[in-house]
Amino acid sequence: MSWFTQALTSSIGKKVIMSLTGLFLISFLVIHASINAMIFYNDGGETFSHWGHFMGTNPIIRTLEIGLVLGFLIHIADGLWLTKLNQSARPVKYAVTNASANSTWYSRSMGLLGTLILIFLVIHTSHFWIPNRSNQFATGEELNLYQMMLDIFQNIWVVIIYVLGCISLAWHLLHGFKSAFKTLGLYHVKYNDAIRVIGVAFSIIVPTLFALMPISIYLGWVY
Amino acid sequence: MSAGNMRLTLKVWRQSNTDTKGGFENYNLDGVSPDMSFLEMFDILNEQLIEENKEPVAFDHDCREGICGSCSMFINGQPHGPLKGVTTCQLHMRSFQDGDTITVEPWRAGAFPVIKDLVVDRDGFDRIISAGGFVSVNTGNAQDANSLPIPKENADEAFSAAACIACGACVAACKNASAMLFVSAKISQLALLPQGQAERSIRAEKMVAQMDAEGFGNCTNTHACSAECPKEISFENIARMNREYIGAKSSSKVL
Amino acid sequence: MATSSRLDARIPQGSLEDKWEKYKSSVPLVNPANKRNIEVIVVGTGLAGASAAATLAEMGYKVKAFCFQDSPRRAHSIAAQGGINAAKNYQNDGDSVHRLFYDTIKGGDYRSREANVHRLAEVSGNIIDQCVAQGVPFAREYGGLLSNRSFGGVQVQRTFYAAGQTGQQLLLGAYSGLQRQVGMGTITMYNRHEMLDVVKIDGKCRGIIARNLVTGELERHSAHAVLLCTGGYGNVFYLSTNAMGSNVTAAWKAHKRGAFFANPCFTQIHPTCIPVSGEHQSKLTLMSESLRNDGRIWVPKKQNDTRAGNEIPEEERDYYLERRYPAFGNLVPRDIASRAAKERCDAGYGVGSSKLAVFLDFSAAFHRYGQGEANKNNITNAPESQILEWGKAVVKEKYGNLFDMYKQITGEDPYEVPMRIYPAVHYTMGGLWVDYNLMTTVPGLYSLGEANFSDHGANRLGASALMQGLADGYFVIPITVGAYLAGEIRTGHISTDHEAFVQTEKEVSDRIQKLITIQGKTSPEVFHRRLGKIMWDKCGMARNEKGLKEAIVEIRALREEFWKDVKVMGKIGDFNPELDKANRVADFIELGELMCIDALTRDESCGGHFREEFQTEEGEALRDDENFMFVSAWEHIATEKWELHKEDLVYDNIKIAQRSYK
Repeated sequence: MSWFTQALTSSIGKKVIMSLTGLFLISFLVIHASINAMIFYNDGGETFSHWGHFMGTNPIIRTLEIGLVLGFLIHIADGLWLTKLNQSARPVKYAVTNASANSTWYSRSMGLLGTLILIFLVIHTSHFWIPNRSNQFATGEELNLYQMMLDIFQNIWVVIIYVLGCISLAWHLLHGFKSAFKTLGLYHVKYNDAIRVIGVAFSIIVPTLFALMPISIYLGWVY
Repeated sequence: MSAGNMRLTLKVWRQSNTDTKGGFENYNLDGVSPDMSFLEMFDILNEQLIEENKEPVAFDHDCREGICGSCSMFINGQPHGPLKGVTTCQLHMRSFQDGDTITVEPWRAGAFPVIKDLVVDRDGFDRIISAGGFVSVNTGNAQDANSLPIPKENADEAFSAAACIACGACVAACKNASAMLFVSAKISQLALLPQGQAERSIRAEKMVAQMDAEGFGNCTNTHACSAECPKEISFENIARMNREYIGAKSSSKVL
Repeated sequence: MATSSRLDARIPQGSLEDKWEKYKSSVPLVNPANKRNIEVIVVGTGLAGASAAATLAEMGYKVKAFCFQDSPRRAHSIAAQGGINAAKNYQNDGDSVHRLFYDTIKGGDYRSREANVHRLAEVSGNIIDQCVAQGVPFAREYGGLLSNRSFGGVQVQRTFYAAGQTGQQLLLGAYSGLQRQVGMGTITMYNRHEMLDVVKIDGKCRGIIARNLVTGELERHSAHAVLLCTGGYGNVFYLSTNAMGSNVTAAWKAHKRGAFFANPCFTQIHPTCIPVSGEHQSKLTLMSESLRNDGRIWVPKKQNDTRAGNEIPEEERDYYLERRYPAFGNLVPRDIASRAAKERCDAGYGVGSSKLAVFLDFSAAFHRYGQGEANKNNITNAPESQILEWGKAVVKEKYGNLFDMYKQITGEDPYEVPMRIYPAVHYTMGGLWVDYNLMTTVPGLYSLGEANFSDHGANRLGASALMQGLADGYFVIPITVGAYLAGEIRTGHISTDHEAFVQTEKEVSDRIQKLITIQGKTSPEVFHRRLGKIMWDKCGMARNEKGLKEAIVEIRALREEFWKDVKVMGKIGDFNPELDKANRVADFIELGELMCIDALTRDESCGGHFREEFQTEEGEALRDDENFMFVSAWEHIATEKWELHKEDLVYDNIKIAQRSYK
């Protein structure tokens, strides 16, 4: 094994991959949330569609999108691999555990939260991203995503699933954000508080923003 | 103050050896004094078992003052029981109530196979130290001790990391059975001191490689390890180890 | 009086200061190619064992190391709290090799060997250098240089320390050296193994029989030299500050195979331990002697005073150590501090529910340090409560872990009420007799550290045990073992099929078989407790002829009962701590008898050995240099039968005086 694969497949290497892909996905969330938040202009989707069009057609962004897909896949695969390894590191389980005495439930449930997000992601991409890109490949034309949103979010069950997805994302981020920094060794008394505060704020603001979209459309605040 | 009047029900893991399956046995115990240590309570249990012609419970213990790192009981779901910053031998029965049922299990980790009852094999820790947890200085090579001033805060921080007793509570507490707190404490101690600089990179690489080879899990930064550590080793050490390892892998000349 | 012809201490000629240097330059060497073929067994991995194993392996010998714990890092050296002495004179307070040598001889009440002690003082500085180079995080000053503190029986500051965990840090240093060699394949480590006998071939020690404590199998291991670094035998008293597993078995087996046992009655009772709280107690916990730097020891002036410590006003307190020994005050040596505490308690001034305790009080230190902090920050009008607060913070930094430990065990907060302390068995100065090379009377069999008798005479000074263990392991044995091994280069590998191995293994196996088949009614633990009570009552802090004679009779009866009535659960071929314990207790019982015989023979008081018949009018120990300035080396002849051999102690460089700390 070369030093590079050796490093990446080591315990710390696997963590670093989780951390880096996680931070990359966090940066994606910023863009995704910002552009989607354009619907709150309530201008019939004009601003939103303008930026949506940019994102869907700009060659640099399209190239980066491949990276994004890879980022998701690696984050998911690495996560599953880690979960499997970590479970096999304790073949006989405890009869009694009092883990709440030493750690938060969501920090221990990243695999579960990640899986919930993954399920949500399948639903979400099959609502928007997959039909849109398929159409682009087939016809070269983009779909009217704004209109699709208005249609899809009329169904209460869809809205509930989206809100649950956002809640899972919030808990996942609450641990994942600061955890990513620790894994990279960025842990220092001078900066820990800042990282923690930003992490908590991010984990609340971004998922809330996302959750507000289907809710607002369903309740007719955005039309 | 001698014999007390607490009554307890103990649910203790019994296992004949590594290859057999174990299970829980229930024992009732009377006359427990709140001044007893948890291990002294087990002494009483064992005396009782011997009187009943039953085999006593095997458990590791030695110094009984919280420094040797031998004792290793998982008590009511927590390594070394409910108190912070103590080992099992320093836990006293005044931390429990009359009538309590207490479940006692061995450390559970694939890398710590059960030898018997509550005794586990922690040789993996020794092998990790053998891989690099030292400064390669032969006896007689040393220069005068004061020729190397070390800032007090570095010395103190190195000491805090070096206070690890290798009991394995970190592994036992971690949901992933990860040994990173143990390994990082040693890497940190030596990375913080000038004596450790010469082998700093190779140490991080080799110790992490050995840790992985032992089959410990991967850290997910839950902090359970440092919360349960009887010596309160800081989680910061794990972050430092990550830094050391990333730095070593990306810059050392070892291919 | 002349030294027995059976004892040759092999002390090099020349002036005291030159002996070791000259010896080192003239001792036979083993060349590197031959070292590879010479095997050395090290039993025990405490400071002496780990440092010896590591150093010998570095030199090229093939080493096998054994410990009964699950890891070599758990040896009981790890529990040493206070510090390690070295004649570095970093504090510029007039320390020197000679002064350390002198303090150690005087502290040992003139019952140790000059040449050995001087060598110890000479190498003390190298130990600190070696440990620092290994990365041992000693306490430091803000300038980055090493910090020192003072210890009992000494008027200079020469003690290096790492908070209250010096032993741990030193042991982990030695352990890291050992593990490094294990990783390189030059040491084979056998943990969870207990040595159960020494194998002799043609009068030389050629190996050991060890029991694998996991599988119960007996194993034969051969070597050209065997080093016993197996610690002391304080657990003969049942309750002591030793670890639960600490035992005399290895040394005792060596004794029964011909190694003389020296000064077995010299045991150290440590003055500052947490008092016994009840019948269930399994061990005693030490509060480091370093606490006596800042704590003041006192009892109420009134007998049977039941008030809490902090409710007794200053003028009703008797600071008896400061009163009796104004020059050293609370820092008198351990034997003196212990006896003084016993004297007060016996006279009815003891405190606590058992009345077997005295106070160790830090309120003066809180005030002094708090005032110091105020001065440092130019604060002149701070209220007393604030000053105490600051003072407590300073004390916490120095002794925090000890205070926490005390609170944990007793449930009382020592920052608020004075600690209660009482003496407890801590260390044994006696041990296997060794010559200057640390070789016992069996050729090829060595003893290092607490397991030998050599350096501390009748009383050990604080922070000297760590010094001796590491001196023996790092700097003495690697040189002196050459004197013997140079003659072994033609021996070749020693086969474990030799008749002597077969026979010795059979004897060990028979004994184990016997232990497990008795199936009586009493557990080894109960026998141990009964032995401990006899020893503590009659061969403890104070001894007398009548009590010792009774003890000998009682111990003999206990031994017979043990071999008829012991009940060992479990199987032979299994992980079986009860069997391990039974093996150890059987040996403790025999040792106890010899200790009493030794104490009875020594018609004087010296150091830790206090015979009530021999004391001054003020109750101080009364030595008899004319008749007892010798080492008692006991040869085992048969059950209940020993022969005494005497090694004269000759002091050419020290003026012998009545030991005074007044």
